[in-house]
Formats: sequence, C-alpha cells, structure tokens
Amino acid sequence: MAIKTRLNPRSLIYRILIAGNGFDLEGREELWDCTTCATCYSRCPKKVNPMEAIIALRGAFVEKGRVHPNVKTALESTFRYGNPLTMPREDRGAWVGDLTVKPIGEGAEYLYYVGCTPSYDPRVQKVSRSLVSLLQRSGVDFGILGNDEACCASEVRRLGEAGLFEMMVEENVETFKSLKVMKIFTTSPHCFNVFKNDYPQSGWQVQHYTQLLAKLVTNGVLEFSGRLEKTVTYHDPCYLGKHNGIFDEPRTVLQSIPGLKLIEMDRSREKSLCCEGGGGRMWLEGTNPGTRLAQLRIKEALETGVEILATACPFCLLTLDEALKHVNAQDRLQVMDIAELAAQAL
Amino acid sequence: MTFTPKIGVYICHCGINIAATVDVPTVTEFAAHLPDVCVARHYTYMCSDPGQALIKNDIAELNLNRIVVASCSPLMHEPTFRDTIAAAGLNPYCLEMANIREQCSWVHPQETRTTTKAMQLIAGAVAKAARLQPLEVRQAPITPSALVIGGGIAGMQAALDIAEAGYHATIVERAPRLGGHAAQLYRTFPTLESVADLVNGMIERLIHHPRITVMTEAEVTEVGGYVGNFNAHIRRGEETSALTVGAVVVATGFEVFDAHRKPEFGYGVYPEVITTLDFERLVHGDLRVNGRQPERVVFIQCVGSRDQTLGNSYCSRVCCMVTAKQARLVRERLPGAQVTVFYIDVRAFGKGFEEFYDRAREEGVLYRRGNPSEIVRRGERVVVRAEDTLLGEPVEVEADLVVLAVGMTPRADIGTVAGLLKLSRSADGFFMEAHPKLRPVDTAMAGIFLAGCCQGPKDISEAIVQARAAASAVMIPLRRGQVQVEATTSFVDEELCSGCAQCAQVCAFSALVLHPLRGVMTVNPVLCQGCGACSAACPSGAINVKQFTFDQVMAQIEAITDGLRPGIDAPVLAEVVISSF
Repeated sequence: MAIKTRLNPRSLIYRILIAGNGFDLEGREELWDCTTCATCYSRCPKKVNPMEAIIALRGAFVEKGRVHPNVKTALESTFRYGNPLTMPREDRGAWVGDLTVKPIGEGAEYLYYVGCTPSYDPRVQKVSRSLVSLLQRSGVDFGILGNDEACCASEVRRLGEAGLFEMMVEENVETFKSLKVMKIFTTSPHCFNVFKNDYPQSGWQVQHYTQLLAKLVTNGVLEFSGRLEKTVTYHDPCYLGKHNGIFDEPRTVLQSIPGLKLIEMDRSREKSLCCEGGGGRMWLEGTNPGTRLAQLRIKEALETGVEILATACPFCLLTLDEALKHVNAQDRLQVMDIAELAAQAL
Repeated sequence: MTFTPKIGVYICHCGINIAATVDVPTVTEFAAHLPDVCVARHYTYMCSDPGQALIKNDIAELNLNRIVVASCSPLMHEPTFRDTIAAAGLNPYCLEMANIREQCSWVHPQETRTTTKAMQLIAGAVAKAARLQPLEVRQAPITPSALVIGGGIAGMQAALDIAEAGYHATIVERAPRLGGHAAQLYRTFPTLESVADLVNGMIERLIHHPRITVMTEAEVTEVGGYVGNFNAHIRRGEETSALTVGAVVVATGFEVFDAHRKPEFGYGVYPEVITTLDFERLVHGDLRVNGRQPERVVFIQCVGSRDQTLGNSYCSRVCCMVTAKQARLVRERLPGAQVTVFYIDVRAFGKGFEEFYDRAREEGVLYRRGNPSEIVRRGERVVVRAEDTLLGEPVEVEADLVVLAVGMTPRADIGTVAGLLKLSRSADGFFMEAHPKLRPVDTAMAGIFLAGCCQGPKDISEAIVQARAAASAVMIPLRRGQVQVEATTSFVDEELCSGCAQCAQVCAFSALVLHPLRGVMTVNPVLCQGCGACSAACPSGAINVKQFTFDQVMAQIEAITDGLRPGIDAPVLAEVVISSF
C-alpha cells in the first residue's frame, strides 16, 4: 500500500499524549494534508478523533501566523469579502442570471443557502441553477440571500481559524434570526454540515438539497417528464456520507430519473474515497501532490464502465473534474452533480 | 462342571473405515473356524442398535458366554459393548475387543496385509476371551466430609459451599490467619471495593460455621486412601492428628514473583522501586516514597510473566488490571502526579475490565508500549529506560516511584504438595487439571479437586468460580454415599510372593502393602487402578492383573503368532505384538 502522506493519525495522537502540553509543531507540515474526511474517527473503536486534534493544531499554526500564503488569502478574503475566493460581495447573487428567484426577505418556507463556490464558480453555478429549476418545478417555496449571503465558514474552522469562525457564525446566525429563517437547504454538504453540527442550534432545520429532492421524488411531487439513458456511478462526498450518514437520499434521487442506471463503485458509502477537497484543501496542495486521490477515484469510476460520475458536492465536482482532465479521460467519462442530472430529465 | 467357552465374534465394517482395507467377509469366515467360536458375524455398524441386537439375540439363542467384538479402540466403545452383553445377562467383563480400526485398517493401506492382521488380532482376542473370568463391580462407602488445603479466598469459598450443602469441611491453613494473598490487597478491580471487607466477611462466616473446622498454623503432612475415604495427617505445632474425609480440595495458592530475579530493575537496591504487592500496602497509608509524595510514577507490566528467560512463559492474567487499578488510585490520590505504564500488551478480558482500562487512560494515565530494559539512578530520581515500540524510539522516563507488576508463580513447595497428593503439574509448574476444557477442576486423582491459583493465575472472581466448581464436584461423591471401585485390579498369588515389596515401590497409587503377619504383599483393590506396573516389577511372577492375567495374555500372543507364514514380514509382526497391549 502506498502511503500518500507522513500524516499518521495514530502516531499523532500518541505523540500528543506523550508530549502533554509541550507538543512541538516544528516539522509537522503534514498537518495541512488532512482533508477532514472523517475516516479516522469513524473507524476508531475508542472514539478518538484525530481530525479534531489536527484542526486544533492547525489553530496553533494560525495563531503563530505560520500558514501557507493560499490559506492566508482564503482567510483574509473571508474576513473582508465574506467568501474565501477573493470575489466581490456585490457579485454573489449574479449566478441567478435570467432565473427569477425571490429574495428571502420577502418571506419563504425555505432559505436556499447557496454557498460561496456555487455562487461564484462558473462550473458550479450550473448546479445552483439546475437546483433552482428543479425546485421551482416542484413548487417549493424558497428564497435566497443574494448579495447578503456570507460564507458559512466551514473551511475557516477546519483551517484552524477559530476566531474568524466565531465571527462568521455570529454574523450568519444574526442574519438567519432577523429573517426568521426556520428551514434551510444547501448546495454543499460542507455548509450543511457546519450549520447542522458546528453552529449553535436555534431550532432551524438544515438539509442538504439531496434530502429535499429525495423527499420530493418519493412523495411524487417531483416527476420527470424526460429520460436520461445513461449509466452513472455515484461518489459519496465525505461531508454528506461519512460525516452525516446520508448515503441513501442521493441514490434515491438518481434512481428516480427515468432511464438512468446506477452502478456502484467498489468503494462506496462508508468506504468512499475522499476527493481531497475538504479541510481547506481546495486551496492548498498537500505535501505529496504526486498522488491525487481524485485521480484514483476517476480510475475507480472508469473501472465500472459508466458514462457519468455523479456527486453532490461542489468541491468533489471541481476536484474530480480537474482529475478527469489529468487522467485524460474526458472522452470516456463526465463528472456531474446530481442536480444537473435530474434537471436534464425534467 | 468344567467351563466350556462359547464365543461369538462380531466384526464391524465401521462404514468403510474398516471395510475399505480389510476383507471383512473373509475375516468373518476365518473367525468362525477358530476354537470355541460358535458364531461369527459382520455388520456395517456394530455399535448401532441393530448391531448390538445381533449380539444380544445370539447370547440368548446360542447361549454364548464370551463375546469378541472386532471394531474400533476399546477407548471408544468398550463401555458400549459391556452394557450390551450385561443387558443380555452376561458379566460385562466377559467381553474382549480386537482393535481392527486404529491399529489395523487406518494405518495399513494394503488389503492383503490388513486382512491378515485383522485375522491375527481376532485370533488373539478369541484365545483371550476363552480364558476371561467374570469380575465383580464393587461399591465402597464414603465419608461425608471434605478436607480443604489452603485458607485463601478459594479455599474459604470451597469450605463454605461444602458446609452450606450440609457436609463437614476442615480447612487447613499454614499461616496464622485465613485470607491468603487477597487479605493483603487494598481494593478490587474493576469495582474498587475494599478487599478487607470481602475477606473479613468470609472469615467471619467461616469461623462461626457449625460444620467447618478451621485449623490455622497447620499443615497436611500425609494423605493416603482413596476417593470416599482419604486419610490425612495434619500437623499443628507438635501435635499430629488424623482425619478421614471423602474428598479433598487443593487450594494452596501461589507465590508472588520475586522481583530480585530481574536485577536490571534494581528491586531491593533502589527504595523507589517496589512491587504491585508492596504498592497495596503503600496505598493503604499516605503514599509517600523517601518521605515525600511522588510526582512521577511509572508502572512496569509483565515483570516475571511472559518471560521465557526466567522460565515463566505464561501470562499472569491479573497484572494488567492490578496496574490499571493502582494507576487510577495514584491519579485519584495524587492528581498532580504523572503516571506512565509500560506494557507489552494490555489484556483486559474480563467483565468490565476494558471499560476500567479505558477509564484509566481517560483519567490521564499514559500507556506506552515497550518492555523497559533497565532502571538506573539519576540524582534524586530513578530513570526507566525503554524502547517505545509504537514510536520505534528509545525513551527515558524519570520517576520517584516505579511499581513492578509482578506475576504469580507456583509455590516453592508445590512439588512437595504434588508428591503428597500424587498430582501432576503442567509445564508452567502449576497443578494440572484433568482436562483443560472438560475437566478444569478435576485432577487425575479421583476425589481430589483444584481451586484457585494453585492451578494457574486467577483473579478473585475466577478463584471463587473455581472454588465453587470444586465444592460442587466434591459434593457429587459425598451426596452419592458410595463409590464404584475398579474391577480390573491386580491380585497377589500368596504362594509365590516373597514379600520383597518391589511392587510397592513402583505403585503410583500406594495400593500395595506388606501384610504384617503373613509376610506377603496385599493389594488394596480400592486404591489399585489396574495399571499393571506391579505385575511387571514382580520378580516372582506373583502379581497378576485381572483381565490381563499371564495365561490370558500369553494365550493371546500365541494365537497371534501361531501360523504366521513367511509371506508376512517382520515389521508387521512386531507392530501386531506391540500394538495389541
């Protein structure tokens, strides 16, 4: 078995225990390799959580200001512009384009929390737009924050910037409260997870969009008039699957699309392989850039012989799409979000 | 009236186990023509109900008086066929078995030779059967009381159970006080109860029990007799008393491993280095070392256990939990102290043990994998040097107190006790149970049972479990009131015996004694197990074993060797002769 990184969660925890309060960060650059995929703690029989320990140690790096320039940029941008992508606040709502989406301020059952990447990244904007058309066809009453939306700070927390995270939480909670938001759904499993597990709970219900769509197709509210004669495999995003146990809903949506044939990869559900986009790694190369898990994942998808590799996470979508180009397999495979696939069958 | 043997021979196919390599019909034909044989039959499974019915019918209809069954080992089905012929009215000892499976069909592939060998074995069995005599199965009365040797927690529990069941128990303890090693402990694991409370409660019940005699500062010096009636001599000071009991529980306990045997740890050299047993006393007080409270405490596991160099290959089973308990006690008493445990593996197998070990680590006890190589002095402290095998790095941990988790060893005098009771010992030196799975409380000696750490390392609850098991095993003969006595014992021809007593020297069961008046050896048929050692040792040929008398065995050998043709080579012949006895 090839070892991708020097980061060894078992040995790390052991060394932290032995060191007591004197753990030395010197030469521990591999702490930035962690993608916070949650495999470590979900497999630990003693409920040890190396992932949280790594996040805490990153905090020590951040406090000392000893972070990679990319991390610095992402954090500063979040502080200044409310997104880690150094994009202007006033362009946040531009993804809507010719679609008509009502501002949440007008009152709606759901807040659609779009997220930074789905708002700004041209590739992922297609997902947000697909989702809007699916939900509008289903008659779901939802609104968006538009330019008032600010970063959920999931990645901020995982990069170890606890102070900025607190600030962003306060800002967002204030926004949600002032608008009397009770139900939220998100494009990204990362936003979903941070709202659900890291934010103070104020009685609102948070869902990932696949949960909402699964309910709509199961209740017969969302019906597809078209067909999609495609073979598809599904890559479980870590923050949906391993972190939150949501394995069935995305598959329910896929299988409800007429003509679509779902073929599982060997490593699926709890065994799904991380794409390496989590834990701030969207903006950081690991210590061993030679081996990319996303490329490995593309190869696994190719082994199933499907036409489409589906996922339900903006980060997975981008990393897998990038890997597809590296592996030079664009002619054999396509990476798509579940929302895009479903919208094609409307 | 002269006795005329009328023999039936029953040859089993054992499915294809025998029939595949032995020509069973030919062997049957051969057997039918042997002297004294009235009938010879073969059948697929002679041990089956229809097979047994064949034998029973023939006994009734042909008036057979001796039976030969040629099948598997007598270990397998001799009791079955003895019951069969007894049901048809014959004495069960009028049966002879020829082992044509384990000693013939299974071990020789060639049909001609296996068939010949089967014929020879059957000829021998028929010749012996003609000379078999009916034997009596006898009963002996039982003394309804028990002797418990050892007054530790196991011995006390066994005595209490026996007495509660209505029998008398005598408990003999060498020390001035009951309680054994448990009485030296401070707290139990995993519940951290006061051991003194448990032990004192038992002692109270024991001392005041109407059916228990407690003999402290006493020692068993001699045990004779047999199940149902053991005669023990107990010495107390200058006095020796005799006691007859129906059964014996051996609960002589263990010794703590002597940490001086690991000189690299400096036990006895550095006052900072103590054993887990020393710690039990220390924690009773104010936990000070060299007049002050230790700030850094190191525990070392497996001291004297799992150590082939010391000859103790076994795991002492309790030390992991003793250490976890003591480490937690240090954390509780001295919250500022740093506690490190060096271990090879942590074996927390009992109920609540793993959880207890988890708690120890949650409370800040640092477990480091590695077997320390030495302890050296460094100023006011000592230093434990080890390789941390999880890191693959050498480490040094300074300590104000080092606790060696010493294992359990057999008592130094276990050999004497073994000799006294004729008990076997396993490779680890502890007493050996009769069967590791099915008879873990029994010994090879009927009526003598094991309880507690004399059989191997145990914690308190396990010692109690075995003690209660031993007590209930004791109650079986006591409740029955009578014991069945082996019929195939040796007997002395007083005409030939010169009283030289060589037989008594080889007898493992003390069954032979010189008759004080007649000057000849006599056999105690209750003690005799029929092994035949005396018969082989007797220079006068005066001792025979029933069912294996000289004339029976010689007739068998002659029949086997008679008519051997040159076609049969020497090795097979040798095997036939050797394997038949």
